[in-house]
Amino acid sequence: MGTQTTTDLPAAGGAADHAQRDLLRLATAGSVDDGKSTLIGRLLYDTKSVLADQLSAVERATRARGGDGTAVDLALLTDGLRAEREQGITIDVAYRYFSTARRAFVLADTPGHVQYTRNMVTGASTAELAIVLVDARKGVLEQTRRHAALTALLGVPHVVLAVNKMDLVGFDQATFTAIAREFADYAHVLGLPDVHAVPLSALDGDNVVLRSDRTPWYDGPTLLELLEQVPVGRDAAAEPLRLPVQYVIRPRTPDHPDYRGYAGKVASGLVRVGDELRVLPSGRTSRVVGIDTFDGPLTQAEAPRSVTVRLADDLDVSRGDVLVPAQEHVRTGQDLVGTVCWLTERRSVAGARVLVRTGTRTVRALLREVDARLDVDTLTVEQWDPVDTVRTIDATDTSSDAAPRSLGLNAIGRVRVRLAEPVVLDDYATHRRTGGFLLVDPADGSTLAAGMVGPTLLDRLAPVRADERDDDWLAGAGI
Amino acid sequence: MTTSTTTLPGAATAAPARLTQLDALESEAIHVMREVAGEFERPVLLFSGGKDSIVMLHLARKAFWPAPVPFPVMHVDTGHNFPEVIAYRDATVAEHGLRLVVASVQDAIDDGRVVETPGGSRNPLQTVPLLDAITQHRFDAVFGGGRRDEEKARAKERMFSLRDEFGQWDPRRQRPELWDLYNGRHKPGEHVRVFPLSNWTELDVWRYIEREGIPLPEIYYAHERDVFARDGMWLTAGDWGGPRPDEVVERRVVRYRTVGDMSCTGAVDSHAATVADVIAEVASSRLTERGATRADDRASEAAMEDRKREGYF
Ligand SMILES: Nc1nc2c(ncn2[C@@H]2O[C@H](COP(=O)(O)OP(=O)(O)OP(=O)(O)O)[C@@H](O)[C@H]2O)c(=O)[nH]1
Ligand SMILES: [Mg+2]
Repeated sequence: MGTQTTTDLPAAGGAADHAQRDLLRLATAGSVDDGKSTLIGRLLYDTKSVLADQLSAVERATRARGGDGTAVDLALLTDGLRAEREQGITIDVAYRYFSTARRAFVLADTPGHVQYTRNMVTGASTAELAIVLVDARKGVLEQTRRHAALTALLGVPHVVLAVNKMDLVGFDQATFTAIAREFADYAHVLGLPDVHAVPLSALDGDNVVLRSDRTPWYDGPTLLELLEQVPVGRDAAAEPLRLPVQYVIRPRTPDHPDYRGYAGKVASGLVRVGDELRVLPSGRTSRVVGIDTFDGPLTQAEAPRSVTVRLADDLDVSRGDVLVPAQEHVRTGQDLVGTVCWLTERRSVAGARVLVRTGTRTVRALLREVDARLDVDTLTVEQWDPVDTVRTIDATDTSSDAAPRSLGLNAIGRVRVRLAEPVVLDDYATHRRTGGFLLVDPADGSTLAAGMVGPTLLDRLAPVRADERDDDWLAGAGI
Repeated sequence: MTTSTTTLPGAATAAPARLTQLDALESEAIHVMREVAGEFERPVLLFSGGKDSIVMLHLARKAFWPAPVPFPVMHVDTGHNFPEVIAYRDATVAEHGLRLVVASVQDAIDDGRVVETPGGSRNPLQTVPLLDAITQHRFDAVFGGGRRDEEKARAKERMFSLRDEFGQWDPRRQRPELWDLYNGRHKPGEHVRVFPLSNWTELDVWRYIEREGIPLPEIYYAHERDVFARDGMWLTAGDWGGPRPDEVVERRVVRYRTVGDMSCTGAVDSHAATVADVIAEVASSRLTERGATRADDRASEAAMEDRKREGYF
């Protein structure tokens, strides 16, 4: 194999100063069979993160699938379900963990198959970096574009383009450059910042962990070097405070007869004793008199720490409320406009009753309409005029022509939702930790769609209709 | 109106600005537990006396402090227990004033709800009493200590995992799970398994045990024990049916990496007598904990997936 051993990596977890290591969450993306699972397997294998019994299990499974016994199918390290192994594809996200001396990694290996896009967005929603794979023989495909668009929509801050299977194109520089250019153009339209391209072979290991001598024309970093260098933590603590209340702690014990604390995870920002906070959506204000943890009281706590906060005044605060800085004007409202990815086979129905989940709050709502749909292949947006009357669409008819104003499985579109009660409406573009929402079916509890509040990629590609300009949701979004 | 706020002991300190990896994992687990307490009516925490469930209980005490843990714990008792683990379980339940529910495999065998295979492990038999107890007590959320790094089917598991009225897991029908918006809605009769330790590795668990000073049953540390070899593991002689006449008992210095049913949980040769020793040992081990110690996972390639589908932990 054409790799030189240049670095002597420590075995996984062997680093002494583990306490100081930071954590990078990353996800794979790309079309079916581009080599995502093989690449994750290669990363684990070449960083010596695969233990002996896992490796021999994968060797057995490779032989059972008719392998010649010389090579192991590294994709089997993450394709662990029976159905995945039978079909040779990934169906659901697999999470894997490894670490180097510099960093700990949580890897989400996502499926490329279009049918399982919901599992891809699951893996990408919390990722700080996405590796978008392309098969060097095939170039950028529709599904590559779809995943890149989802990566942009979900606000994943860093993207690496892995041009894979370079062994099958003779490590041809021109092929690599052409794909990297085409993707860079597309990424630019998507507004994806900071895309690095690496030529590699997941199968043979070229430029994954070890530098390849088969790409003398490439002098950039290996994939692992990129993963170790990319800055992490788009500092959530630097954003304004959001503390969604999860649970009210009232011990009513002899030791704590009157204790009342609001438990939650600081989603963004910093909370300090003495801070004036506003409780939303009610709007009342009070002062923080204590930040409690099992290990003792704190004077301040930053995202993403879980804490319990006590307030000076006896307000009516319960699960679903959000604590924000008293002096900040935070938007609340009952009209939600946002971009969703539709995640179920049942098509969206205008006028449907749904539940909207945002933060720790769930409210009843009406899905008023879908007024735009994104074509990820052409990056064009189909827009429809507003409807006055609620239309009924046959939800069982899955042909897209039959229901022009609705979204089918994996479609991306803009929705207008009327909520039964006001909620905090943070724009996702500036508040990745609080601007997401779910649409839930009240009948069976299933998740219909995942959405992002406010203007997104879709609005950047197609500005909203002139008659909507006065909506304050566009304010400050810089579009 | 101003409440007379309780004064808590100790001077307040500023938490260090940057969360370490363990802080982040702890905060995530506490967040998940509070979500369950806020959304479900009848949660229960599976407590086997193994290290993962002990860490989970420790996190639950932190999540709701200064209030007591707002849900009971359940032990699925195979009847083949390590006495040290049962003693630990009972002492812990008493110390923290918890309510303990025991789901007994022996009772299920006596009632004819499950049939024991001669010489076989009781581990897979836990599913029926577990599901029966969930139905009987109408539990709607069940905390498990499963971690994604343990096994390849578990690597596919969500934090919130919906189970149908038969307790079954269908990997193809898992809900999307974005950001930290966990959707626990379910129909009557269904329940949700919740895995707060999903993103922890074995090493994270041990480092956390060290950091927090959490006591464990002694069998996790090196000790002398009468054992015999079976399926490449050291098993303890006991009422459950070992050793067979052809199996030779010898005294060795061993410890347990996992704690489960005695008939299928093996000890490993080890001189690791302290948490620090164990961390060093785990960091340099070339075998996973299940690979080293669990006979039940060796049965077939998809043994865990099949048990999970049927409603196992
Ligand atoms: N020659 C060559 N083959 C590769 C390379 N990487 C992956 N493959 C092969 O491509 C096929 C698909 O690989 P996977 O890793 O399963 O692809 P995937 O992207 O994970 O597929 P899905 O998860 O189903 O979308 C397998 O047969 C791999 O062995 C490579 O660098 N070179
Ligand atoms: Mg795959």
